[in-house]
Amino acid sequence: MSKSKKKLMQGNAACVNGAIYAGMRFFAGYPITPSTEIAEVSARELPKIGGRFIQMEDEIASIAAIVGASVSGLKSMTGTSGPGYSLMLENIGYAYMAEAPLVVVNVQRGGPSTGLPTKVSQSDTMQARWGTHGDYTAIAVAPSTVEDTLTETIRAFNLAERFRTPVTVLLDEVIGHSRAMVRIPEPGEVEVFNRVKPTSKPEDFVAFEMTPNLVSPMPAYGEGYRYNTTGLTHDEYGFPTNRADEIKPKLDKLRNKIMNYTDEIIKMRVEMLDDADVVIVSYGSVSRCALQAASIARKAGFKVGCVQLYTIWPFPDKQLTDLLGKCKKILVGELNMGQIAAEIRRVLGPDKEIHTLQRYDGEIMTPMQMLEKLEEMI
Amino acid sequence: MAITTEKKQQRSDVILEYLRPRKKFPNVWCPGCGNGVVMAAYIRAIAKLGLSKDEVAMVSGIGCTSRLPVYLDFNSLHTTHGRSLAFGTGVKFARPELKVVAISGDGDSLAIGGNHFIHACRRNIDITLILINNHIYGMTGGQGSPTTPSAKFSTTTPYGNAEKHFEPCDLAIAAGASFVGRGTVYHSAQLEKLIADGISHRGFSMIEVISNCHTYYGRLNREGDAVAMMNAFNEKTVTKARAAKMTEEELRDKWVIGTLHVDDKTEFCDEYQAVVDRLAAK
Repeated sequence: MSKSKKKLMQGNAACVNGAIYAGMRFFAGYPITPSTEIAEVSARELPKIGGRFIQMEDEIASIAAIVGASVSGLKSMTGTSGPGYSLMLENIGYAYMAEAPLVVVNVQRGGPSTGLPTKVSQSDTMQARWGTHGDYTAIAVAPSTVEDTLTETIRAFNLAERFRTPVTVLLDEVIGHSRAMVRIPEPGEVEVFNRVKPTSKPEDFVAFEMTPNLVSPMPAYGEGYRYNTTGLTHDEYGFPTNRADEIKPKLDKLRNKIMNYTDEIIKMRVEMLDDADVVIVSYGSVSRCALQAASIARKAGFKVGCVQLYTIWPFPDKQLTDLLGKCKKILVGELNMGQIAAEIRRVLGPDKEIHTLQRYDGEIMTPMQMLEKLEEMI
Repeated sequence: MAITTEKKQQRSDVILEYLRPRKKFPNVWCPGCGNGVVMAAYIRAIAKLGLSKDEVAMVSGIGCTSRLPVYLDFNSLHTTHGRSLAFGTGVKFARPELKVVAISGDGDSLAIGGNHFIHACRRNIDITLILINNHIYGMTGGQGSPTTPSAKFSTTTPYGNAEKHFEPCDLAIAAGASFVGRGTVYHSAQLEKLIADGISHRGFSMIEVISNCHTYYGRLNREGDAVAMMNAFNEKTVTKARAAKMTEEELRDKWVIGTLHVDDKTEFCDEYQAVVDRLAAK
């Protein structure tokens, strides 16, 4: 561990450092608080390593440009916040359908609409799952610290490349704008996954082939494999189809290429869980407050544990059922009106005692607030 | 006669060579649609330039026109409505060695995609946009578009269009495009040359092609079938040289065809690469 590699940086800068480590060579974006530094750091760093940065005319164009860059072979990312994420959603849907690997960072602020540009929130959690129209399966990850932001952005790129799909990084404003010492890993220290390229002859190439793991090898434009990419529901060759026997397999592919491999995608942190009577479930910035509240409660003699979700989507149904089966009570803390609490209820059923702590006034959750809630529960 | 037949044979061979081997035909277009004339002129232009199929990437949005790349044996990105130039910017900027050609209609390019249109012109990124202007939305069944002239009929202007229309060439020149030309589907040989020149030009090229949607525009405005509309294009067009000698009054309701604007301003990807090279030299 070399000390010289440690740098003081913002969460938004850690995100770009993680992206570049993962191989990002293309960024397109549009300024929006509280994500703008992601674009600024990308604009400064990418040309130094032969990468490309472009400020597009709006968020719709930004996501379109990174899809274009992705099919052309470059690992690509955009960064935005709620209103911009809303604008991007149609083309995020395009990326699901066209199976284009890319990363979208949403540094969340309060909403709806213009909402609270400079205030913390986790209210786009459901939007990251269901935002664009149609049936599809989403992947979203949520870092809780500045250092996490670097590693989770690397993970987001790896998942995007592994599954040929867009991946959303849900960052809380307070993490994007906090500064902390971050160690940038040495080359080779963290695994970097690159999309699988075709090995078939170009004339035998089937662009959206139903492979055993349902992920089709992906060439870059200009490499000799010519195919059609479309947002229309398409057959294995990429041609638009209206045939029932081609439509269902395509939609099943989009779901099953992810849902058959959730073990590779689900990541969570578990603390003090073994004997816990009460478990706090949280993600993002709230997890830091949950850890502190649990430690204080433990010192006072209460058996409190923590589960932190790094992967928000797909939701860890099986893992949470296993982990939370034994505990008596659950507290779900989040900076919205209960988006993940509803998921926990769905997974654990109506008989489980589930409490919620919600904050949506633009302020961070505090350990004291959480302790008060725990006291009330216990 | 023998020579003519041989020549015709060669031209259709060229077209067959560029059609996708596995694509299911027929295409989505109405019989007599101008899109076919543009597709043929485009293929002949590519063949004339000697570009390999792997050197070309096509992008398109949504609409009748935007289906064109699906039939051709290039890498093709058939995208969302209005966004072809934004996707194309990503392709070109990521792989500047590719020739990126966007095919779009008047609704796709100038209504929902209007913002991307002016910004692609402004950046002067090396993309060639072939804008097939049939003055109406065809795929959705004949609604008014930004190029539907005042007082003309469509299903959403049933009492005559109360709005003013865009002139795509004027808009492109004003926004900074460095190659702008206009052709029609009647003048297919000229169109081939315009497209070849546009692709050869380094910078943003916009070629407007006046085309016929006899199914909707022709029917709703009593302009006749495909042949009648194409003949009208011939009557209503003048060359740039001839236009120079005509008065403004004489030019009203005429289309000036040919290369309308060329300049040699620097291209976006080249400028960015210069920055990358400068930083690498440090």
